[in-house]
Amino acid sequence: MRQTSPSNEIASVPGGANRPALPPLGRTYASPSPFAGLMRFLRAFWRAVTVNRKVMLGSAIVGVFVLVAIFGPIIIRQNPLAYTTDLVRPPSAAHWLGTNQGGQDVFVQLVVGTRSSLSWALLSGLMVMMISIAVGLVSGYAGGVVDDILSVITNVFLVVPAFPLAIVAVEYFSRSTLTIAIIVALTNWPWGARVLRAQTLSMRSREFVTAARAAGEHTWRIIFLEILPNEIAIVAASFITTTIQVLLAVAALEFLGFGDSAAISWGTMLYDAYFGSALFQGAWWWFAPPGFCIALLGAGLALLNFGIDEVADPRLRQGKRRRQRGRATVAA
Amino acid sequence: MTMTTPSTATPILEADHLRKHFPVRQFRPFAKPQVVHAVEDISLALVPGRALALVGESGSGKTTVARMLARLYEPTAGVIRFRGRPVTASRRAALLEYRHHVQMVFQDPFSSLNPVHSVRYHLGRVLRLHGRAHTRDEETAQILALLGKVSLTPAEQFIEKYPHQLSGGQRQRVSIARALAAGPEVLLADEPVSMLDVSIRLGVLNLLLRLKREERLAVLFITHDIASARYFAEETLIMYAGQSVESGPSDAVIQQPKHPYTQLLISAAPDPDRPATAKPLPARGEIPSLVTPPTGCRFHPRCPHAMPVCRERFPGRTELGNGHWTHCFLYGEGNDAPEGPATTHS
Repeated sequence: MRQTSPSNEIASVPGGANRPALPPLGRTYASPSPFAGLMRFLRAFWRAVTVNRKVMLGSAIVGVFVLVAIFGPIIIRQNPLAYTTDLVRPPSAAHWLGTNQGGQDVFVQLVVGTRSSLSWALLSGLMVMMISIAVGLVSGYAGGVVDDILSVITNVFLVVPAFPLAIVAVEYFSRSTLTIAIIVALTNWPWGARVLRAQTLSMRSREFVTAARAAGEHTWRIIFLEILPNEIAIVAASFITTTIQVLLAVAALEFLGFGDSAAISWGTMLYDAYFGSALFQGAWWWFAPPGFCIALLGAGLALLNFGIDEVADPRLRQGKRRRQRGRATVAA
Repeated sequence: MTMTTPSTATPILEADHLRKHFPVRQFRPFAKPQVVHAVEDISLALVPGRALALVGESGSGKTTVARMLARLYEPTAGVIRFRGRPVTASRRAALLEYRHHVQMVFQDPFSSLNPVHSVRYHLGRVLRLHGRAHTRDEETAQILALLGKVSLTPAEQFIEKYPHQLSGGQRQRVSIARALAAGPEVLLADEPVSMLDVSIRLGVLNLLLRLKREERLAVLFITHDIASARYFAEETLIMYAGQSVESGPSDAVIQQPKHPYTQLLISAAPDPDRPATAKPLPARGEIPSLVTPPTGCRFHPRCPHAMPVCRERFPGRTELGNGHWTHCFLYGEGNDAPEGPATTHS
């Protein structure tokens, strides 16, 4: 029925009679080693972060920041708030990025502040992602009254003004980054939730969902393991977008003085620089590095957005390998 | 009825007077709520090792019947009996137990497989849900056996493939393997070959025939192609606009069609043996609206033999002998069946 003449094998699988068996298949299927899973994950991860040039640049930037956030404070081992007598000095061998008005080392503050800024941004991004997935998928899949109630809640949160609410909440509850992060997360999830709900509505009527139900699959597994993986590109894109937003919002609020003054982050550094009239004194090394870091991290995250589709969709996942094989045959 | 191994004649899955109405969503709060009368009074029985073909145009309610039998839709009225026992429970455990016995193959192999999951996931999930595999090794062995059963060889090559790497025929074979993974006795095949290339239809059809024979599956074979119904199924049930019009052994129904609709359907099918001079039956009209279906026999607006009585009520079942029966006033009042469904709607 299915002849293996190479000319009309177009629709058939690659790996027919005239081609060697695909290497990844044999390897993943036959190896029982406990490291096989880990290796597969690492390989997939490496492929994900190098899927194209933009993503490679983005993941390099974000990767450096993540490494600094994790290991920076461990390596530096200096109190970023320690006062010295070197007041407002330009960069030198002793103080790589100079000092501020209190004689505190700007470089040390920058490194220590990376951890706070990055972790709060990622944490809020994660919170937003989880709320929007839960609300969006459940309301899209369940429909009916559940959908109506969740849609009303979503629309109410959609019009809550984030920034003024955050200022009020910080004053009312406590001056901590946690308060800011919670408020930003609470005001940012409706966007993702609405997009995911719409997507889920269309996914729900697809036949593979019906097939999963006919097979007896659990409802929550249908929602989170059949439908959600098809929407992973939207989820990841909204995660990155929110992370950038949170990064900026937290920095802005801290700059305005609503942050925790005992903690060090890029936003509080900018606040100090403003209050110490860094611009007026021409102390560029004081305000430029935190601003630059915020911009760079935001750009890095934005670049990651360019590769999400290629990583999330198995059809596009295959693309690169095929292209490479094509190139190899041309070269040979 | 005993629960021991049923003899060949004992139906394993029966449907009695199934009826399905879908509410129509509309934004007119004061209007009378409308419903789509998708299926009116369908009764059928599936026997192990035998196939029943459900034939009809698009929109005649074939798929709705299959989905009710798969318990994806709740029937508006009527009873489904599995091994003689009415299936009513909607508790998850009971439903899973039912699905252990009754599985469905979907029409469109391009949308019935999830693009993000591999063949292993599709089959492995069903195996695990129905307790047929507990470890990855068991799962692999079972999947390889299933892939072999649906002639996807070498099975090792297919196990990690994603749907987009497979052709339509291969996908439909995976889809059939998924249904078999539950170890069912009843297979509901909803137009399993209609979306496939003509050149690979026969292969999939023969695969289903082999499974019917070897696994002693009771198959409900839904099709709009009357030729494949005769090729595949021992018995045929013709549906029109949600009503059953004629049923019996496939050969009898197709060689001596009694109901005018069956005659029309068969005259529309291409047949190389029919003399070119034979006049096609005059076909008129389209399948009617199911929101406001014609009263009485729903075929009467298109029927060349329509009588005043056809407008008034739906004919009962007229036995024509040898298991062949029809619902048509041309052959009698149809008092052979205990009841005729009331189908008058204003």
